[in-house]
Order: sequence, then C-alpha cells, then structure tokens
Amino acid sequence: MSSDHHDPLLAHHFDDMEQQFDTNKFGMWVFLLTEILFFSGLFVAYAVYRSNHSDVFEYASQYLNTNLGALNTIVLLLSSFTAAWAVRAAQLGQNGLVTKLLGVTVLCAFGFMAIKAEEYSHKYHEGLLWGGAEHSIFKVDTNTVDPAVAEHSEYWSEVKELPPEFRRQIGIFFGIYFCLTGLHGIHVIIGIIVILWLMRRNVRGDFSPQKYDAIDLGALYWHLVDLIWIYLFPLLYLIS
Amino acid sequence: MSNTHDEHSGPGHVLPMKMLVGTFVALLALTVLTVITGKMSLYGFDLSIAMLIATVKATLVAMIFMHLKWDRPFNGYIFLVAVLFVGMFLAYVVADTKEYQPDIKGWTDQQISKPASE
Amino acid sequence: MTTTDPSVNYLNHEKGLRSWLMTLDHKRLGLMYMWSTFVAMLLGGSFALALRLELFAPGQQIMSKDFYNHMFTLHGAVMIFLVIIPSIPAALGNFVLPIMLGAKDVAFPKLNRFSYHLYLTGAVFLIAAILTGGLDTGWTFYTPYSTSTDTSVIIAVMGAFILGFSSIFTGLNFIATIHKMRPPGMTWFRMPLLLWALYATSVIQILATPVLGIALLMLIVERVLGVGILDPALGGDPVLFQHLFWFYSHPAVYVMILPAMGVLSEMFAVYSRKQIFGYRYIAYSSISIAIVSFIVWGHHLYVSGQSTMVSVIFSAITFTVAIPSAIKVFNWIATMYKGSINLTTGMISALAVIWLFGIGGLTGLWMANLSTDMHLHDTYFVVSHFHFVMVGSALFSYLGAVHHWWPKMFGVMYDEGKGRLWTIMTFIGFNITFLPQFLLGTRGMPRRYFDYAPQFEFLNKVSTIGSMIVGLSIVMVFWNLLRSLKNGKKAPANPWGGVTLEWQCASPPSPHNFEDAPTVGDPYDMSQNRFVSDEEGYVPVTPSENDPYVYQVKVEEA
Ligand SMILES: [Cu+2]
Repeated sequence: MSSDHHDPLLAHHFDDMEQQFDTNKFGMWVFLLTEILFFSGLFVAYAVYRSNHSDVFEYASQYLNTNLGALNTIVLLLSSFTAAWAVRAAQLGQNGLVTKLLGVTVLCAFGFMAIKAEEYSHKYHEGLLWGGAEHSIFKVDTNTVDPAVAEHSEYWSEVKELPPEFRRQIGIFFGIYFCLTGLHGIHVIIGIIVILWLMRRNVRGDFSPQKYDAIDLGALYWHLVDLIWIYLFPLLYLIS
Repeated sequence: MSNTHDEHSGPGHVLPMKMLVGTFVALLALTVLTVITGKMSLYGFDLSIAMLIATVKATLVAMIFMHLKWDRPFNGYIFLVAVLFVGMFLAYVVADTKEYQPDIKGWTDQQISKPASE
Repeated sequence: MTTTDPSVNYLNHEKGLRSWLMTLDHKRLGLMYMWSTFVAMLLGGSFALALRLELFAPGQQIMSKDFYNHMFTLHGAVMIFLVIIPSIPAALGNFVLPIMLGAKDVAFPKLNRFSYHLYLTGAVFLIAAILTGGLDTGWTFYTPYSTSTDTSVIIAVMGAFILGFSSIFTGLNFIATIHKMRPPGMTWFRMPLLLWALYATSVIQILATPVLGIALLMLIVERVLGVGILDPALGGDPVLFQHLFWFYSHPAVYVMILPAMGVLSEMFAVYSRKQIFGYRYIAYSSISIAIVSFIVWGHHLYVSGQSTMVSVIFSAITFTVAIPSAIKVFNWIATMYKGSINLTTGMISALAVIWLFGIGGLTGLWMANLSTDMHLHDTYFVVSHFHFVMVGSALFSYLGAVHHWWPKMFGVMYDEGKGRLWTIMTFIGFNITFLPQFLLGTRGMPRRYFDYAPQFEFLNKVSTIGSMIVGLSIVMVFWNLLRSLKNGKKAPANPWGGVTLEWQCASPPSPHNFEDAPTVGDPYDMSQNRFVSDEEGYVPVTPSENDPYVYQVKVEEA
C-alpha cells in the first residue's frame, strides 16, 4: 500500500513532507545533544585539573603551538562556512555548486587533520606526552626517562629541573590534551566520511530543494565539530 | 521563509549570502581577537574573556550557520538543555574536587618523595 | 501487500530469519529485544543462583574466590546492561509506543534496527569477555583496580560502551516519535501515562548515557596508554572516575524504574476498570524524577573521599526523590479504590510491586542519610535494597507487562491460573531471598565477599533457599508463556478492556498497525468499551470504521 499513493520522497510512516523534515531535524538536534554530553566528561576532567593546578596548565600550554592552533581554527571556520553555504545551494537547487562546496569542506577537514598530525608528531618527537607514555619526558622519576628522548628533546634541560609533582601534572595536561584533541579528531574523520558520502549522493542526483535533509543534517554535525573546537582552542592553546 | 528573495519551494530557511559571508568574517575577526587577548595578561580575567569570546563565536555558529534563529524554538531548547546539564555537571565536580584536594595532597607528597629517599 | 485479510499479521506476513533480523518493523524489533532479554535473564539468573549456592555455607562450596569475583561481576553486568535497561524501554517500548500513538512506526526505523544490532554486538562483546579471561572488577569498573587487573576489562568495557549507544539511539528515537508523531487530538495530556514514562526515560538515556560512553572510553585509554587522568599513581584524580560513572549510573536506575512505573499506571487503571487517579500528578512526577535523578549521583560517593559539603547537598536532594515516587504509589492505590479489580497475572505483579517498591524505596532513604550510610555502605543492606528496586520493582513490572501485552503480541491467551500461581511463587521466593539480606547488612556482612563469618550462616541459608524458589518459579512463568504460543486460546483484540490505542488494532496487529490514524479519546475513560462474552473480550460502545470487529464482520459477509 505504500508506493501507490505516496510521494516517493516520503517515508511510509510520515503523513507529509513537513513532518518528515521536522522530525529528521529534531532527531539530529537530539543527537547533537548527546554529542555535547559525550564531550562533557573530558571537559569535566579538564576543569578538575585546571582548577586545582592552574599554574601547571599555564606553564604547559606554552608547549603548544598557538599559531598552528589558530590556523586550524581558521581552517575549520572556513569549512563550516562552506558547509552552511552548501545547504543554501542545495535549497536553491544549485547541485553543481553543492558538490564544489562540500569538496572545499572536505579539503579543509583534511587540512585540519594534516596540521594536527604535524603537531602530534612534533610532540612525540620532543617527548611532550602523558606521563605513562614510554617516550614521555614528564616522569616523576627523572631516571626513568628514555635517555634517547632526553638527549634530543630541546625541552628536557628545563623540564628536568621542575619539581616532580609539577612535572607529573604536566603529564596529566598532555593526557587531557591528547584525549580532547584525539576525540575531536575522530569526529573530524567521521565528518569527512559523512561529507564524502553526501558528495556521492549529490552527484548521483539524490537531492532537490524539496528533499535535501541529509545535507542539512550533515552540515549540522559538521558545525558541532567546529563548535567544540571553538572552545578547545582557547582552553588548550591560549592559557597565558 | 522571510528574509530572502531567492526562489525556494522546499522546507527550511535559506540564508542570504550576505549574512553567510558576514558571519564568517565576524568569526575570523573574533579568532584574531581571542589570539591577541590570549597573549596579553588580563589580571586574572584571561579565562573569562577567552570563554566569553568563544561563547560569542559559538552563538554565531549555532544561530546563523545552524539556522537556530529561524528554526523551531524547541531545537534551540534542546541545545540549551545540553549546555545546562554540562554546566551543572562541571559545577558539582569542580566544587567537590576543590574540597578534597588537601586530603590527597599529603598522599601525593609521600608518593613523590618515595623514589628520592630510596 | 493486502492488509484487509485479518489472518495476515506482522508475525506471519514475511518469513525466514532474515526477515526478522533485517526488519524495520518496530513490533518485530520489540519482540527480538524481548527474547534477547529473556535469554540474558536466564544467563544472569543462573550466575545469581551459582553465587547463592556458594554462599550457602561459610568457606568454599562450589567455586574458587577468583571465580566468585567473576561471577558477581558478570551477574551484575549481564543483568543491568543486557536485561533491565533494555527490558521495558526497548522491548515493550518498541512494541507498544508507536501503536499507542496510532503511528505506523517509530520516527527513525533504520536507526531503531541499528540500535538492536548494536545491542547484539554489545552482547557478543560481553560474552567474549566472559570467554577470554572473565571480568572481576564489579559492574562498576572502578579505577584504579580496573586499570590494573589482568582480566578482559577492555572487551567488556567496549561491550558496555556499544550497549550504551544502543540505549541512546532508542531514547533518541522515542523522543522524536513522541514529539513529532502524535496523532491529531492526542495532546501531551491525553497521552497514555506509559508514554510519559517512556519519554522521561528517553530523556535520561540521551542525557546520561553519553557520559557513561566517555567514562568508559577514558577507562580504555587509561588502560591501553596509561594517560593518568584516572590513575592516582600517575597523578590522576582519585574520585573523578566515580563522578563520571555515577553521573550516568544513578540516572540509569531510573531508566530501569520509570518505564516500570509507566506500565504499572496502565495496568492499575485497566485492571481496576477505573479512570486513573491523578493523571497529571503521575505525568509530572515522571518528569520530575527524570530531572532530579541527575542531581543525586553523589550519594554513591559518601565514603569515596567526596567532600562533606557536596555530600550534604547530594543527600538532601536524594531525599526529595521520595516525593514523586510516593505520589505515584498513592495514585495507584487511589486508582484501585472502589474499582472493579480483575486479578489477572498482570495485576498480581502490579500489586506485588507496591509491596516490593515500598520496601525498596523506603530502604533507599536509609542510605541517602549520610550517617546511616557510613554503616550500611557496601553491605548486604545495599544489595537487598537495589534488588528490591531493580528486580522486585522493575523486573516484576516487566513480567506483569509481558503478560498484559502478551495477547496483543502473539494473539493468544496464556494460562491465567498457572500465570498467577508462578507469579505469586516468584514473589514469595523473592521476599525469602532478600528480606534476610537486610538483616545481614545491618549486622555488618559486607557485599562482594566470597566468604562470611559463621554467625551469618542461618540467614544466608534462608536466602539461598529463597533464590532457588525464585529460579524455579521464573522458569515456570516463562514455560507457561511459551506453552501458550502452541496451545493458547485465540486472543480477542481487547481482552482486558484497555482504552489506549493498541487495544483498538487487531491481536496480533497487522504489519502497519492501523490503516488510518485511529480516533483518539481519553486514554482512561473505561466507559468507552464493554465486555461481550461471545468475544471473551471488550468491544467499543460506539464502534468506529477502523475497529477490527467492524471489518471482521464485513469480511465474513463478503
Ligand atoms: Cu543512586
């Protein structure tokens, strides 16, 4: 009974297009809420350590490269802008433009990950890792630091003079840094997959001004990834 | 579907191009601002100012890019509920952690000094 | 597909395993959840019986100390994550919620199927953990023990993480369905109370479960990489994990009890043939329980080093949970007053819950109190308390609800006499098992111990005997239900006289539930139908076009 009197764009359990559009969007917002609460655990961890060890956080954030962080912020903002524009283009039926704009969004996402990878590899190289990592220079007992790392890390001479508890808490700072940016990075990768899928569907001609929900919802997800970074950037990189 | 002269027959609100670009420029400007203020010493208000700027940016993204300004209000409430619960969670845990720090301080000092004394 | 033929229903319109596993039909998904919870319940239940056998006498009986630790952990993990949390929300909720709304399906059928597949995946992980080294952390996974034990913590935690997402997506689906798919005429305050309860439950699922997700993820990262955030030996905070864990896990107990309260509200009204008493108060109390449940988690941390100031706040708020809970109980009792009570198996379960929830709820207050909790914390008093709430209230309601909707699900009537008998036996066995544990707890027997002091022997023996009665009776309850599938009488559309919409469609329902949205009235106005002995069920006083009776008559004429 479903196909003969129904609009093919309308799923059988909805009454009309408006209900379908509203429900999809509503569902996405609820999903974004769960995402925010998912990140909340790490923000709570951040707040606990920063409120108890603000001096450590102030000191440790100097190891992060503010310029690269700011560059990544701009890259993500640009991608958010093109994603929002892609929704507009889809609403107006400019399907060729949609593909291009989503393409720019994906490129920005890859750029973001590339810059992130550069930051991560630098940290690894210098031993700027959480205390439990083998390669870390933030060990309580300085004798347990890998001599090969200590030798080539430009920060070692300074770090080894710090009080042990302070050094240990810097390790925690980097633990939180890697957890937060890592989880955010996983979301960026999921976003890349989603946007590539949207591009494919768009090229296939799935979308029209009547039915573009998927692009709208994908963009909402991507904006949330951007929103979280908007907070991560000052919280991690800009502690003076 | 006010605010727009583009022809659009489907559901949802179409953002005018000017507003899209304007929002993007504003976000870039705020990013520059937060980097500058982040490098200055603001007598203890650093965190509050950084969070204030971040919140302005987040509001712009949510209201404009995410269409909350024109969306059904309930979708915005969902977002607010999320923020509210995170805030409550943070407030409780931070309030608690400050109180028990003295208890664990002694233990960590002991822990730290052990390898040195042995 | 033709749905005018009344012999075609959602159970038989497609055949084969694939048509079940890949179905988008909420009814079939609900049934699969139900069977899965039954299987898991037998598994978790046999762990429980093994534990009780070990505790039959002091010293080693049937298992080693280590094995005991694995057993109580797995009993908890299986019962909580695989049985109670999906029981009423996912199993019954999936079956009943869209029909109660007069809808054809939930808002996102594919997501719904994905939830079930996640549930199965999570279950596979938990079982894999059992087979590859077991788990001895307790279901709470407390750090730093969980980061240092050499059992299969990571696989088990992955399982719980995946099950959490299954639960989140179910909640998301229900919220969207209730918000956007109510039929014309069904305002918020004309919704059946079960929908209010499921709505409140879903709110908890979407707000709290993600926090469990991140807590478990942090635990995995801690274990694999030694990040140190949760590990005091690396400078981590000793209380943080417990905050993260209980921010989810306290609200999660309301994921268990709220839907149970929802089905109780339905059953008390239907089986008393009376308008529910205090509809709005019950609806509001569901929502207020959901909200308050988020600000009481600290009552699990009184002896964990949590600060006194925060403990006092949490203690005070915990006491207030008693208010909405009591409102519900009083309203149910008032509903029964001067009703014409039909003592079916469902009603007997519901009456049992008033006793069990009364005890479970009131003993909770003892532990909300800071000073008495110092004494009772981590004793058998706690064990008994949460079994009274989670098993006595939530699982009893589940069993009652399964009996209540069984005719709708399968179109057959179970044997009422046997159903009553074994439900009463379960109730008696349950009390014999757990009432002695309150005494054991107040006398200082700690929980999670393999052995105990000789003076506790008598009460432990009583408890073990009670648990055997429960085990036998539960098996018989299931057996009675299963037998009805084969030789149960055919069920009428409305055997109990319910007024909510699911009783307006056929038993079992057609694949799309309703051909057109049914007419919506007051969900508790029992004067809308009357008993007809030829039908052995209730028929509407003023039948509408959509009623199965009307078209059955038409089909016979044609
Ligand atoms: Cu609790």
